[in-house]
Parts: sequence; C-alpha cells; structure tokens
Amino acid sequence: METKVEASVAEPLSVPGQGVTVKGVGRTYGSRRADVTALEGVDLEVRAGEVLGVVGPSGCGKSTLLELVAGLQEPDAGAVEVAGDTGADARRAACSFMPQRDLLLPWRDALGNAALALESQGVRRREARERAAPLFERFGLAEFEDARPAALSGGMRQRVAFLRTLLPGRPVLLLDEPFASLDAITRAEMQAWLAGALEAEPRTVLLVTHDVEEALFLSDRVAVMSRRPGRIVSELEVPLARPRDRRAAVADPQLIRLRERALEALGA
Amino acid sequence: MKRALLVSLMLAGALGAWAWIASLESVDDLLVASPRETAEALGEDRALLLDNAWVTLYEVLLGLAVSIAAGLGFAVAMHLNRTLREATYPLLVASQAIPIVVLAPIFVLAFDYGIGPKIAIVALICFFPITVNVLDGLRAVDSDHLKLMRSYGASRLRTLRSVELPAALPSFFSGLRVAASVSVIGAVFGEWAGADEGLGRLVLRGNDELQTPRVYAGILILTFMAVALFSLASLAERLACPWNRDERTA
Repeated sequence: METKVEASVAEPLSVPGQGVTVKGVGRTYGSRRADVTALEGVDLEVRAGEVLGVVGPSGCGKSTLLELVAGLQEPDAGAVEVAGDTGADARRAACSFMPQRDLLLPWRDALGNAALALESQGVRRREARERAAPLFERFGLAEFEDARPAALSGGMRQRVAFLRTLLPGRPVLLLDEPFASLDAITRAEMQAWLAGALEAEPRTVLLVTHDVEEALFLSDRVAVMSRRPGRIVSELEVPLARPRDRRAAVADPQLIRLRERALEALGA
Repeated sequence: MKRALLVSLMLAGALGAWAWIASLESVDDLLVASPRETAEALGEDRALLLDNAWVTLYEVLLGLAVSIAAGLGFAVAMHLNRTLREATYPLLVASQAIPIVVLAPIFVLAFDYGIGPKIAIVALICFFPITVNVLDGLRAVDSDHLKLMRSYGASRLRTLRSVELPAALPSFFSGLRVAASVSVIGAVFGEWAGADEGLGRLVLRGNDELQTPRVYAGILILTFMAVALFSLASLAERLACPWNRDERTA
C-alpha cells in the first residue's frame, strides 16, 4: 500500500518553537527487595523542531525517560524542562505522548479515537471529530473514519494513534517505540509515512526506539543509552536532510558508518 | 441452526423425562402433574395465570430498574473513592448473606402489603451482581489507558466517561444477566411473605389447595420469565457493545 502524505496543502496544527532539556536526571524505583535505578545522570537536549532518536537496549529506562518528559513522573534527581518550564503540569500541557501500544478504544470508530485527545481537553465531541476529519484526508486514512479498531490493520491503527497524538497541536511529540509491534514490511512503510507526516506537521520530537536503523532514518540526532542504569553514552549527528529516501539512506556511506558507531556504543 | 436443533432436542428430552416420571405408578399425582395436565391448566387458567404473571413481571422489572440505578451508582462511587470502597465492600457482601426468607416478612412489615417489599427484595438480590461486576469492570481498565488520558490532561470525570464506563459496559451486562435470572426468585419470595396477587402467591396457594397442575403451570411461566429476561439482557449487550463481538472474532 502506497500512501503519501501531502505536504503544505494545509496549515500545520502547530509550529515547533519549543525544545526539551534534560539535566542530570536520575530516577530510582523503590521495591521491597531492592531499589532499581532506571536512569542516572541523564543529560539530553532536543532543540526546537528537531527529531531526536534515543536508542538503547530493552529495560534501559527509555520509557521512563519519556514519561519524565511527558510530566507523568517526577525525577529523583536533576530537572526536566519542556518549553522553558520544569513544572509537571506545564510539561504535560506542552507534550503529546504516543505510547508503544496504540491503545485505541475498541468502541470508538477511527475518527472518534483520533478525536480523543482533543475531547480530553474539553473540546466537544462533534467539534473534535470535525477537526480530526481533515487529517484523515491528509494522512492517507480517508474512508477509514468509521472503521472500528478491530477492522484496522496494525499499521492503520498506529496511524490513527499518531493522528490522535498530533491533533491537540502540542509542540513536543514523545513517541515510545511507535512501530515495535509491527511486522518488518509494515514498519518500513510506517517509518516513511511518519517522516512525511513530520514534514507536513513539524514538531519537536523525542523518539524512543530499540531499532538503530529506525532512529537513524527518522532523526536529526541519535542518542545512545547504556544498559540499566540508563545514561547517554554517545550522541550522533545525522547529516542528511529529512525526509529521507529509504533506498538512498540504506546505501549512504555516512549512515552506514553512523550505524556501526551506534551499534558499537550499544555494545552489540 | 445447529444450536437451535440442540436446544430443541434437549427440551424434548426433558419433556419426555418429565412425562415418564409423571406416568410412573409410584409417583403421587399430587406431587407431579404430567405435561399434559400442566398444558391443560395453562389453557384453562389462562386468564388467571396471565393476570398474575403481569403483576410479577411488573415487580421484577421495577426491582431490576432500582437495582440497576443503585448498582451503577454504588459501583461508580466505590470506584472513585477508595475509602468508601474499602469501608463498604464487606457490607455489600453481607447484604447477600442475609437469607431473603428471613428478610421478606420484615420488609412486608416495614413496607406494607403492596408492591413495595417485592421491589425491595428483587432489588436487594439483583443489586449485588450488578455492583460487583461493574466495579470489577471499572477496575480492570488498562492502566496504560488511564496514563494516556492523564497525559492528555483529562479530568477524572472525562476519563470515567470516555474510557472507564464504556470499558465496563460488557461487565455491567454480565451482572445484569445474572441479576435478570435471579430477579424472578426475588419476586416470588416477596409474594410469599405476603401478597394479594402475583404468580408466586398463586403458586403457593395452588400448593395449599392441591391444584398441582396449576402450580406446575405457574412454575413454567416463572421459569420462562427468567429465561426471557436473561435473553433480553444478552440481546441488549449485543446491541450496546457491538465491538465486544468483533474483538472476539478478530
């Protein structure tokens, strides 16, 4: 299935003017047996309008990092600043969070699911649906508005979840392994789709993934995290303009070198 | 189709067994009315049975309505307030431990002879499965969904309305199905404690007056009522939660 995102047909919902700063952040979970340190001394900066990929092995605290930025958790050490504010409420208001699972509500149709974030902010149901409708057109989901999630393929569900994330028009997107549950072919298709979508709707993006290639293909910079306790061990600049052509990117010698460096930093 | 055939075969088998037991020499006619005698009673006492069946159905439906309203209200309140939940859960369970047989006459004393005690008893029996099931449904909501709503800045009430209540709807219907099937028993107990009309009272009087076929006819109608209510609840669930089925088949 070839679906292209039409860029510049419509005004974007939001423009990225806000960055994310993570300074010396640590997070420890207390449990009865022993304390588990998920993150330790994490420094990270996502510049306004930039896509920062974070790669790391499973259980390195990537999801914790996202939840800290999203204002769903508080750090035990250090500070997280989003759009110039460290308060949890301010962070929540500036970020739109897309979890690993699509979490679509099975009783709502696709349009209703995409409208959920808007409704949560107090927008009336009908208006939220009306605002979501044009995005279905723009992002290759036309005619799927009335479909319930059970009738959608994994890739389509992920697209609806992404539109739901996009619709509130918040400047910062936090994507937690958005394509981890998809098969390889669908994943490649979705990565291209996301690259196009981010061109049409530019945001400041923090993308967490365990897939080095995905991170290199989609990001302006890639930060590599260590095993638990997670910290940033390497930061790589990807010197290619976005969106990228997959075939060219796969063969690009610079990307191949970056991939090797990233894998080396991961200790793989 | 295959299911309809199976059900028909089962019913025919049960009817045959009933007819056979009733035909045995050693079985007293006052204890067991044959299917034929029961059918005759259904025909002859049609008006009497129907008049009383309506009364009982009315009690059952009103009792169910009260239990639905109270059950939903309690479940949501207990879900939203942990202290309330922990304080009242034992009471909720205790409410089911009280034998209705003991309670029914007290209700009649308290509420008089009319429809009040019947509704109260039906509601008391039905309230429990509804409350427990709705509460379980509300608490079983995926915590990731709640986290997502929190990240959107949704209010507690919005999360309840958009996520938790719809998610608990299938559980509510499970509770309603159980409630529907026991509701008729509640009405019969209520009438037994004191009533001028109703199918339960008719059956009990028929027992005293040794009108065994009429008793059997009444029991048959009561059973049919419970089965019909159960089926109605299942149908309502299918209409109200169509996603539940496509999830299962997907």
